[in-house]
Amino acid sequence: MNAIILSAVLGVVMMFSSVLVSNQKAYKGIALVGLLIILIANINETYNGPIFEINTYNMLAFDGFSLFFNTIAIVCTGVYFILTSKQIEKVGGHTAEYFTLIFFVLCGATILSAYNNLLMLFIGIEILTIPLYILTGSKKKDLKSNEAALKYFLMGSFSTGLMLMGIALIYGGTGTFALEKIIPAAASAQGAPAVTAQTLSFLEVGGMLLVTFSLAFKVSAAPFHFWLPDVYYGAPSVFTSFMASVVKAAAFVAFLKLFIARAAGTSVDVSKIIGVDWKMIVAILIICTLLVGNISAVRQQNVKRMLAYSSIAQAGFMLFAIFSLNEMAKEGILLYAVAYSLATIGIFAILSRMKDYTFAGYNGLAKSNPALAFANTVFLLSLAGIPLTAGFFAKYYMLASVMQTGHYMWLVIVGVLFAAVSADYYFRVIQSMYFKNSESENEGQLEENPSNIFKITVVALAIVIILVGVFPNSVLYWLYN
Amino acid sequence: MPIQYYIGLAIALFCIGVVGVLIRRNAIIVFMCIEIMLNAANLLLVAFSKMHAALHPTVANAGIDGQLFVFFIMVVAAAEISVGLAIIVMVYRNVHSIDVNFLNRLKN
Repeated sequence: MNAIILSAVLGVVMMFSSVLVSNQKAYKGIALVGLLIILIANINETYNGPIFEINTYNMLAFDGFSLFFNTIAIVCTGVYFILTSKQIEKVGGHTAEYFTLIFFVLCGATILSAYNNLLMLFIGIEILTIPLYILTGSKKKDLKSNEAALKYFLMGSFSTGLMLMGIALIYGGTGTFALEKIIPAAASAQGAPAVTAQTLSFLEVGGMLLVTFSLAFKVSAAPFHFWLPDVYYGAPSVFTSFMASVVKAAAFVAFLKLFIARAAGTSVDVSKIIGVDWKMIVAILIICTLLVGNISAVRQQNVKRMLAYSSIAQAGFMLFAIFSLNEMAKEGILLYAVAYSLATIGIFAILSRMKDYTFAGYNGLAKSNPALAFANTVFLLSLAGIPLTAGFFAKYYMLASVMQTGHYMWLVIVGVLFAAVSADYYFRVIQSMYFKNSESENEGQLEENPSNIFKITVVALAIVIILVGVFPNSVLYWLYN
Repeated sequence: MPIQYYIGLAIALFCIGVVGVLIRRNAIIVFMCIEIMLNAANLLLVAFSKMHAALHPTVANAGIDGQLFVFFIMVVAAAEISVGLAIIVMVYRNVHSIDVNFLNRLKN
């Protein structure tokens, strides 16, 4: 609760600071102090209970999982601010407003981690995405940014329409928006409309299907992924970084919570009649997503576009958690959120400082900037899931959670095969950095020489990723304590 | 009136919206079709709210939350419209067109 209220309040504070504070450099400081306050309040809530006692009528439920995810989201946002606030200042003349919108997105993410009611799911998704439409279009004169914003907006609100229709149908079938299904009392005979139990569960299954499709849109699972490459490529790189990390993780947590609560119990008998098996639907989504993401990423020449497709491929791995739906999947999605968000933020922090976004633009980076090249290598290895980096254990937990369900060995094999394919395009960047020489020797690959503070932070982030990779329990420890 | 009529009407509206989004090329029309989809959901929620009230006559306020949801959809849709129209205006200023087909620079 603390995180939700404080991030909304801080959004408003940032908005007013753009009027009251004229110094452009001060915004970063205000935002970081604000994030620190949210972080402390959230950790305090984890151990001592909330500061604001608000009766949410069971619409929001704060357990260890959701509070720990909030902590992860806040820390990742903090790392994001530290690494890229300089680039945020360069996007346009509205630095404080961009920070405002990011705080509102964070508010949406914290709602999504704690929702216990489909109403809150809807509100959380909307609070998460509406600021992102604006951030995507924040380069007002840039046609690419315009196009990305319009596309994202139309696709996003289309999927919202699907979700609302789904929620309406679920409501028709069950008579409640609560996440834990309450078995409705037997209908009384007199005056009741002619509705059979079969019609009701038919409505519910149809509704669940629509909500699943809509959430698959939001997490960019194939075949609902087509908006993502254009949006990620067209949006300013700094905001792509945030969309690909914290936002995606939050959408996955929402997806996972919905499926844990609803999918297993949803009217199995009727599901069989119309042939809906949730496990098979998710398995098809996983295979499509892994296939489309990896195969398309191999063919890209532009690193930013490659990262967009690789983010689809990573979504395929995160979907394993929604397939297996056990305790290990919950742990795995948190570990994945840490590993994937930190690595993505790091890669994009370096990418947004590059002159040329193609693979050739990275040529010879290791010579001119060994520290950045080393950090970038660690981030890419983590995304590829190489042992000793955080990404390895994230992928391991995902696959192991499927193994725990007992039957679906073939799905694990498919996952491992695609993880091997993904190494191809990540290693091409490393190859460019270390084994190819830049054509323009003297000019360098970066727009301007990065400050020492930036270099030290990036290398520190890389070391954190290695540490998490060696001791994954150091992250999960906090989930249970 | 039986609930089936309401479900039929809402699903018809929803399909009109989906088909409109898929085949129309004018951004404003696409946007209107999305609004039709949202309103189909609103209609369905209100109808189901009434149905659940009739199904459980002994429970106080049964089905009231469906009507509550409709207000939230209206508010959020208004917020979405304000952002969406701003984006469409921004695009129009730069390219003097709101044709969705015009937006294909990112493909290559």
